[in-house]
Amino acid sequence: MNKTAKTLFATTALSAALGAAGLAQAATLNIPCSTGSGFASCEQTAQEWAESRGHSVNIVTVPFSSSEKLALYQQILGSQSADLDVLDVDVVWPGILGAHLADLGPYTNGAENDHFASVIANNQYNGKLVAIPQYTDAPVLYYRKDLLEKYNEPVPTTWQQMTETAERIQKAERDAGHDRMWGFVFQAKAYEGLTCDALEWIDSFGGGTIIDADGKITVNNPQSAAALDLAGSWVGNITPQGVLNYDEEGARRVFQGGDAVFMRNWPYAWALGNGEDSPVKGKIGITPLPMGPDGKHSATLGGWQMAVSKYSENIEVAADYVLYVSSKDAQKRGAIVDGRLPTIPALYEDPEVLEANPYFANMRAVLENSVARPSSVTGEKYNQVSNEFWNAAHRVLSGKSSGADSLSQLESKLKRIRGRRW
Amino acid sequence: MDITSTTTQGATSAATKRSLRSARKGGRAQLSGLSRQRIRTAWLFLLPMIAGLGFVAGWPLLRTIYLGFTDATLSSIDSYAFVGFENYLVYDNGEWYGLLADGLWWQAVWNTLYLTVLSVSIETVLGVLIALILHAKFPGRGLVRAAILIPWAIPTVVSAKMWGWMLHDQFGIINDLFLKLHLISEPIAWTVNPDTVLGTIIAVDVWKTTPFMALLTLAALQMLPKDCYEAARVDGIHPVKVFFKVTLPLIKPALVVAVVFRMLDALRIFDLVYILTSNSEDTIVMSVYARQALIDFQQIGYGSAASTLLFLLVFGLTLAYIFATRLKLDGSGDH
Repeated sequence: MNKTAKTLFATTALSAALGAAGLAQAATLNIPCSTGSGFASCEQTAQEWAESRGHSVNIVTVPFSSSEKLALYQQILGSQSADLDVLDVDVVWPGILGAHLADLGPYTNGAENDHFASVIANNQYNGKLVAIPQYTDAPVLYYRKDLLEKYNEPVPTTWQQMTETAERIQKAERDAGHDRMWGFVFQAKAYEGLTCDALEWIDSFGGGTIIDADGKITVNNPQSAAALDLAGSWVGNITPQGVLNYDEEGARRVFQGGDAVFMRNWPYAWALGNGEDSPVKGKIGITPLPMGPDGKHSATLGGWQMAVSKYSENIEVAADYVLYVSSKDAQKRGAIVDGRLPTIPALYEDPEVLEANPYFANMRAVLENSVARPSSVTGEKYNQVSNEFWNAAHRVLSGKSSGADSLSQLESKLKRIRGRRW
Repeated sequence: MDITSTTTQGATSAATKRSLRSARKGGRAQLSGLSRQRIRTAWLFLLPMIAGLGFVAGWPLLRTIYLGFTDATLSSIDSYAFVGFENYLVYDNGEWYGLLADGLWWQAVWNTLYLTVLSVSIETVLGVLIALILHAKFPGRGLVRAAILIPWAIPTVVSAKMWGWMLHDQFGIINDLFLKLHLISEPIAWTVNPDTVLGTIIAVDVWKTTPFMALLTLAALQMLPKDCYEAARVDGIHPVKVFFKVTLPLIKPALVVAVVFRMLDALRIFDLVYILTSNSEDTIVMSVYARQALIDFQQIGYGSAASTLLFLLVFGLTLAYIFATRLKLDGSGDH
């Protein structure tokens, strides 16, 4: 017994020593890359980092849908597992995941000061810097330049104009034999993406941000109801009913296939829409999302950050990776190759970036008009709030309820979720 | 046994009685020794199984039931407080809270029952029909028997994705086909339209699990005695009547068991619904509801309560079904 214990102890000590020695030389990081269009560049960046640092990486494929990804990360982090050393964190997640993320403050050497201050502020959790931005995101309206020219229509600036233009072109194109043509596609599957879309509609109509900064539930108002009713009128007329199951990629497939005049999407679709194999290459334009009746533009603030799991065995190495992928060089390449919006202001004046993305010059304005989802004020309950909100929007879009009814139902549900406090 | 019966038959002489008594005593001691040893061996053989079941089924179940009475969350899974029945039902500030007061939960219960009843009924009828066809002799039967199993063999995640694409409103082959056949005038968003979505899920589920029913029925058909059929043929009885009077009663026990399996499966349906329609309220079923609470909302306590109710419902419905069909699970059933 004693002998066995001794042997066991010796073996453990030996392997621990070997492990420590190995760690000093080269570590293997488990790095998530989402399926879909960004996978190739994510993998490439990780390999380049590994080669330049003498470490190795193990790419873990994670879901494209942000709701699915969050669920996965919550399980991994909830079990305190080191299955992932770094994590890509959506702009609304720091409040949900913050308790599991390592403090990056000691590793940055002030790198965070290069980024937009508001984005960095969003990544603070209990006074610690838990994530560093990789890119920011604000949706835009994609339109078919060729079709607007063909029918002599201006680029719409209000939702009402967009609706009318879409109706007209859709009808004309269908009469001309293109019977799968639709006016407008967006994201309306029952998931986080619909929260983004619907929040823009109600914010541009002056309906507020669901819950205000003080935690008051403000969503049940006539402007919000009018915005949802307008969106509800699109489905079946200028928007296929299937949009109720579309995420970003679902909408992009229809638009990039040449079957839609307008699309609401994030900037990533620009590079793909102009790719070599794209049927609409060179035929698309980008403009800020239309205004509501009072002349207010809106765009839901998105964006992804990189964070390090508190349970990682190589926090220092992982932090180095995070800094590498959020650096100016990496962001510049992300902007040129993937059309991602940098979080470093200087890059918006970089000639190479602007050459690849001429519309970036306007994106500063879009970002300034952006609206944040109520994730800070609701903290860990944000997911429930968002879930109820997208369901309320989904009810209106699928024609089961009017905007006003759906919102009053939403208000009472949000009150239940809040209980005594958020 | 022998000795006891001899005794009750009555022996007259006291000596016989005595000797019998002692023989009985010794016999009982011997018998108990033997049977005790047998019982011990039986337990010994059963022990690994019981431990295994306790570990993989009993412990998680008890822990889920226990967590259902706490306020545990995913972010702080180690520190939680006991909250009694608050996850199920609680009255606070003039409002009822908890699972039993949540309309969505009842919607999920209703959807699950609706899916289960319709899908299992259709599968049973189709399964029996297919099994009857496969039971007949025709060239290439082996190949057809193997081919029919394909939907069952494909993992549900894969077949659900596949159907998701086939049912797509813009690019799906189903819409294309129906349009060409002039069955519909414009593409239908099958997985979204509130009128079609439950029917669509049932159709895909039927496609997937009919092979299972067909296989079990086929196995039962192959066990049937030939003489009944020969007698029926000699008597010139119509095949339809033979099916209802001979075949059906004979395969009923197997069919009842197959339905129990499918019912258990259908009541906890998750992957098909989740992949085709994600968390949509139209199609939410009990498992999706529990997952949403556990994972999306991080409410381990509340989600465990939902899982417990799901377990109790499945358990209760299965028991009710077993009683209703007088199915004897101990194997002595003779109908």
